[in-house]
Amino acid sequence: MTAPPSLEVSRLAYAYPDGTQALFGVDFRVERGERVALLGPNGAGKTTLVMHLNGILTAGHGTVAVAGLPVGKGSLKEIRRRVGLVFQDPDDQLFMPSVREDVAFGPANLGVTGEELERRVKDALERVGMLETIDRPPHHLSFGQRRRVAVATVLAMEPEILVLDEPSSNLDPASRRELAEILRGLDVTVLMVTHDLPYALELCERSLILSGGVIAADGPTRKILADADLLADHRLELPYGFAAS
Amino acid sequence: MGAGHHHRLHRPGDTLVHRLPPQCKLAAVAGFALVVVATPREWFWAFGLYAVLLAAVAVAARVPAGFLLRRMVVEVPFVVFALAIPFIGIGERVTFMGLSLSVAGLWAAWNILAKATLGVVASVLLAATTEPRLILLGAQRLRLPPMLVQIAMFMLRYLDVILEEMRRMRVARESRGFVARDVRHIPVIARSAGALFIRSYERGERVHLAMLSRGYTGSMPVIQDLSAASRQWLVAGMLPGAALAVLLGSWGVA
Ligand SMILES: Nc1ncnc2c1ncn2[C@@H]1O[C@H](COP(=O)(O)OP(=O)(O)O)[C@@H](O)[C@H]1O
Ligand SMILES: [Mg+2]
Repeated sequence: MTAPPSLEVSRLAYAYPDGTQALFGVDFRVERGERVALLGPNGAGKTTLVMHLNGILTAGHGTVAVAGLPVGKGSLKEIRRRVGLVFQDPDDQLFMPSVREDVAFGPANLGVTGEELERRVKDALERVGMLETIDRPPHHLSFGQRRRVAVATVLAMEPEILVLDEPSSNLDPASRRELAEILRGLDVTVLMVTHDLPYALELCERSLILSGGVIAADGPTRKILADADLLADHRLELPYGFAAS
Repeated sequence: MGAGHHHRLHRPGDTLVHRLPPQCKLAAVAGFALVVVATPREWFWAFGLYAVLLAAVAVAARVPAGFLLRRMVVEVPFVVFALAIPFIGIGERVTFMGLSLSVAGLWAAWNILAKATLGVVASVLLAATTEPRLILLGAQRLRLPPMLVQIAMFMLRYLDVILEEMRRMRVARESRGFVARDVRHIPVIARSAGALFIRSYERGERVHLAMLSRGYTGSMPVIQDLSAASRQWLVAGMLPGAALAVLLGSWGVA
């Protein structure tokens, strides 16, 4: 028997309460251990899709399953353990007065206490190279450091899949590279939402293009980025002077 | 670190007072304040003894007098108010250095000044020896309404973020040539304040989503074990205990 895919999204459609239809039937799966980039221009529905992956938004139509478990009212607690969502703005993600408490927040909600909690916090911070900031308040850290701590807050929940919304945004080149090294070193399934095409190429073998609320392309990142017409059709552009070949 | 202006009250250290669990210190300060307020204003020497007790705590916590004095500025409005009372008070009057002062007003001023000063010094000592977030965790342990404690926690965390947003908005206004000079500019400032409110509100919504994503179900998980040993309660109880002894002792004398 093979393990179920880490993530399976089928025919997912969603309209916001004000009537804006953001997703029109999204289909894809991410196998265990894969690192996949979800590419798409602004307004494509990327963030809307991400919010469905851990049940913050409830599908209008279609289903999402994480490691075989369908997202639904009864499974929310387990789903939120399995899906580690890293939000775009680390100031939204880091809401506790100290790094230690912030990283502990998730596992503590799952009922982890005492030494096991301490171990998970230290382990997660170690994996992102931020252990020495454990007693600092998050707002005293640099932006790049905050983003790394934000990754640690979900790693501490030992998720099945790590979902990052625009992880490279607002990072300077050095922080960007450091984060890439950290992400490459993790042994978890990753779904990375971005419109930073070189970053996708650097980190992910496979890419999806979400455009107009549907999956418009799915294939090896190198191949997708080499298809200039495909990119142009979906308002995606490589930076000046960059060629993927 | 230049940020974190609200940490200026805290003076890190590793004394007996610093190490006491926050809930013990909070309860001690509250108990002390109750005793002070209950003391009749005529008992000058009782107030003197209370001051000695606080001085002893300050010595034990290695908080220098200068540090205390500088942080007592919060009391200035009380002082101004208290100084005004003898002038505007009614009834019997005395003349002092050519000024006609109300006797009842003098007593009222003394009452406010003495009690407020003792209360402020006790609070400054608490803040100097306890990290702000620990004060809040202590309040939680003392069964203060969890919703209030959570709100205060978020204020502590986001004050800097909001102040920074405010600063950015001011820079944006001024770099387009706007300088607030007189009342005609109030509408502009008001609109900025409105925008700031909406930004903060939206941030609140996003933070809530981030909390839900990590399994939040309405109550903050207990992360730090803050249980206090009875010995620690005894140590903290020394301040209000001694003050109470002074009060009861004075009652015997008076
Ligand atoms: N809360 C909301 N209410 C109504 N419409 C929204 C809301 N959030 C996003 N949208 C709309 O849904 C579409 C997809 O948005 P989003 O998922 O944020 O895109 P992306 O993250 O790819 O930039 C956009 O047209 C956007 O205007
Ligand atoms: Mg987005």
